[in-house]
Amino acid sequence: MALILNEEQKMLKDSAADFLKERSPIESLRRLRDTKDKQGYDTQVWQEMIEMGWTGLNIAEQYGGLGFGYVGLGQILEEIGRTLACSPLISSVVLGGALVNLIGTEAQKSILLSEIANGNMIVTAALDETNQHNPLVVNTMASKTEHGFVINGQKKFVLDGHIANQIIVSARTDSGIQLFVIPSDSEGLSVNQRILMDHRNASDISFENVSVPSSALLGKQEDAAEMIPKALDVARICLSAEMLGSMQEAFERTIAYLKERQQFGVPIGIFQGLQHRAAHMYCEIELCKGLVMKALQAIDMDSPDLAKLASTAKAKCGEVLQLVTNEAIQMFGGIGMTDDEEIGFFLKRARVAQQTFGDYNYHYDRYARLSGF
Amino acid sequence: MQSATVKVDLDMFREETRAWLEENCPPSQRTTPPRGLEDCYAGGRKPYFHSEEQKIWFERMRDKGWTAPTWPKAYGGGGLTPQQAKVLKEEMKNLNCRVPLWSFGLMMLGPAILHYGTEEQKQKYIREIVNGEVWWCQGYSEPGSGSDLASLQTSAEDKGDHFLVNGQKVWTSYADRSDMIFCLVRTDKDAPKHKGISFLLIDMELEGVSVRPIKLISGKSPFCETFFENVKVPKENLVGTLNEGWSIAKNLLTHERTSIGIVTEEQPLHEYAIEKLGLVDGKLNDPYNRMQIAKWSMDRDALSSSIAKTIDEAKSGTQPGAKSSFFKYYSSELNKRRYELAMSVGGTDALEWGEDYMDGKLARDMCRTKANSIEGGTSEIQLNIISKRILGLPSK
Ligand SMILES: Cc1cc2nc3c(=O)[nH]c(=O)nc-3n(C[C@H](O)[C@H](O)[C@H](O)COP(=O)(O)OP(=O)(O)OC[C@H]3O[C@@H](n4cnc5c(N)ncnc54)[C@H](O)[C@@H]3O)c2cc1C
Repeated sequence: MALILNEEQKMLKDSAADFLKERSPIESLRRLRDTKDKQGYDTQVWQEMIEMGWTGLNIAEQYGGLGFGYVGLGQILEEIGRTLACSPLISSVVLGGALVNLIGTEAQKSILLSEIANGNMIVTAALDETNQHNPLVVNTMASKTEHGFVINGQKKFVLDGHIANQIIVSARTDSGIQLFVIPSDSEGLSVNQRILMDHRNASDISFENVSVPSSALLGKQEDAAEMIPKALDVARICLSAEMLGSMQEAFERTIAYLKERQQFGVPIGIFQGLQHRAAHMYCEIELCKGLVMKALQAIDMDSPDLAKLASTAKAKCGEVLQLVTNEAIQMFGGIGMTDDEEIGFFLKRARVAQQTFGDYNYHYDRYARLSGF
Repeated sequence: MQSATVKVDLDMFREETRAWLEENCPPSQRTTPPRGLEDCYAGGRKPYFHSEEQKIWFERMRDKGWTAPTWPKAYGGGGLTPQQAKVLKEEMKNLNCRVPLWSFGLMMLGPAILHYGTEEQKQKYIREIVNGEVWWCQGYSEPGSGSDLASLQTSAEDKGDHFLVNGQKVWTSYADRSDMIFCLVRTDKDAPKHKGISFLLIDMELEGVSVRPIKLISGKSPFCETFFENVKVPKENLVGTLNEGWSIAKNLLTHERTSIGIVTEEQPLHEYAIEKLGLVDGKLNDPYNRMQIAKWSMDRDALSSSIAKTIDEAKSGTQPGAKSSFFKYYSSELNKRRYELAMSVGGTDALEWGEDYMDGKLARDMCRTKANSIEGGTSEIQLNIISKRILGLPSK
């Protein structure tokens, strides 16, 4: 498949860019932070995103979505990365959606996916238990009872856990690791909201004798250990698309500053010590563009290379976004260190995105394993 | 090599010092301050002590002149030789004693006054600094003059019995709590830019001085913008010769760069890593971070031997000169790397920001380290100095 956008995808990207600039610029994120907004995103803007169909792009028509595909969704995410707009798109639509889609039964899919697509429900995943991403280290236990299961354990870093209606939790059962869909107001389930450095939220969630019916089990009676990484790969690629948007925006702002800021009677962009670093960043960002496009297509085509592409995209985008945001602050000089200047928001977002679904170290290691070395 | 008698004297000094510290340093002042320098006593006209023991400790050290151990006794300093001062430092470190007073006056202004000030200025200002009576801030940078500091525009006009000061400074640390500011001001508009600058001391209480805090990306606001509108500054507040302030500024920057040069760790990085990741068969349970931390630690050790070597060379007469740029550059980059590694080791735990600084200390400190390579002259400027002055590379 050619690594270019079709007309429809281009239009979608342009309209997303216009909408986000207008409705969710970085000032909005600042406002959410300064007003200590408990929700963590603008519900009005979220409602508008739902109305524009953003929550159904990746969901098949038969389940109430638009079936537009991930390349299209990726374009929106890239624009979201540019304005750092907060929403449960990644946590619920992408990861929650992918888990249900890949593992759920027909009945579960038709209920949950349509609820996700129409925005009635926020479904987030509780997979990690340690401070380093490692989704297959699961100590949470689901013990079988007469009518269902009892769940006990602790989960960390559950994205948007504080506002989720349903939580998909991984737990160990007799047949391996399985997933359960649990209403967040269940008895014994407690959510500890944590404010992160990018002013978004991830929660620690503990399960203390949470009883669920057998129907809470996602999918049929089988080990989910194989499908969890696949759903995560979809989320990794989508997050990479978002990171790609952030790195381009931070980079473009930096280039503009190099042209504008005067010292020693000249624009600082004249200094070759800065020029070469800017040119180097350009090369790195171009690499990310190609990678992200290929990885998004791999989801739509259900490519056998999905895992490797997901790890490559996430590792590379993590590395480059870190580089670009660090260099941005340095090249802005003292102004970059002030909260009034927006460039710092990109640095903070970069750190959270880096750790979400595995940092580059995790993905270098995974790439090597997948490649047999 | 030291002569035998000097060595005996030093050993005696060490014993006396240890005994004195043991007797006089209160228990709470023998602990690592949780917020670092912020927990230290900063002095000033409106003194604020965090605790009674902090006050006692400060006063005892002050009375010995040990807030400024090597400064002359004539102005209230400790009058110690560099060797004795080193012993005092070592013994304080052994007992984990906190610094009794931490201020810009001690670090930066004092050395400049001792070098360039008049006898009256030394009697007044050095004594005040040693006694922690005045809180000083630094007024160099301006919005349009950062790396190109010499282009500064804040003007001081000679009005016969006073200077009339107008302009704006930025990045004045704690200006909202400072009593006095040492400033670079333009006193000759027509001279080439380095030649028309003077070094002026300005009381922050004077009419026409106002400040506005700057919030940093870490969430803290220890810096300000400072505005001067028709501020009348007495003539005797000029330090050094009129229009020759630039050489004082440069001298002072060397002090600042050397003091930024030291990487201090509240907890060694590898210990934090062990706490977060654990050991398996005696190895950090993360091969990638293990190697990176080892590499980082080696660079840290190498830097400290390199600094020690330069200090020893300085004692035998070789001036460090432009080498302070190497220390400034390397140590600030090293400190930034340290915090990136800590973030990597801390994983998702390290992302917490919370409402209070201490809730998200690591993430916020990491953000703050990004300024290490900007404050006191950027890394690029240090590299320019190394290229030009040490390597003698041609420049335009
Ligand atoms: C936390 C913090 C504390 C500070 N504390 C003080 C203080 O107490 N007192 C005070 O007076 N100042 C202070 N400063 C100001 C500091 O000294 C300046 O920020 C610094 O000198 C850089 O100037 P600038 O911010 O104007 O950046 P600019 O000079 O605009 O630089 C922007 C970028 O261009 C690069 N650049 C500029 N010139 C060149 C060149 N010739 N070659 C290559 N690259 C170049 C810089 O390295 C930087 O990356 C502080 C700054 C910070 C961030």
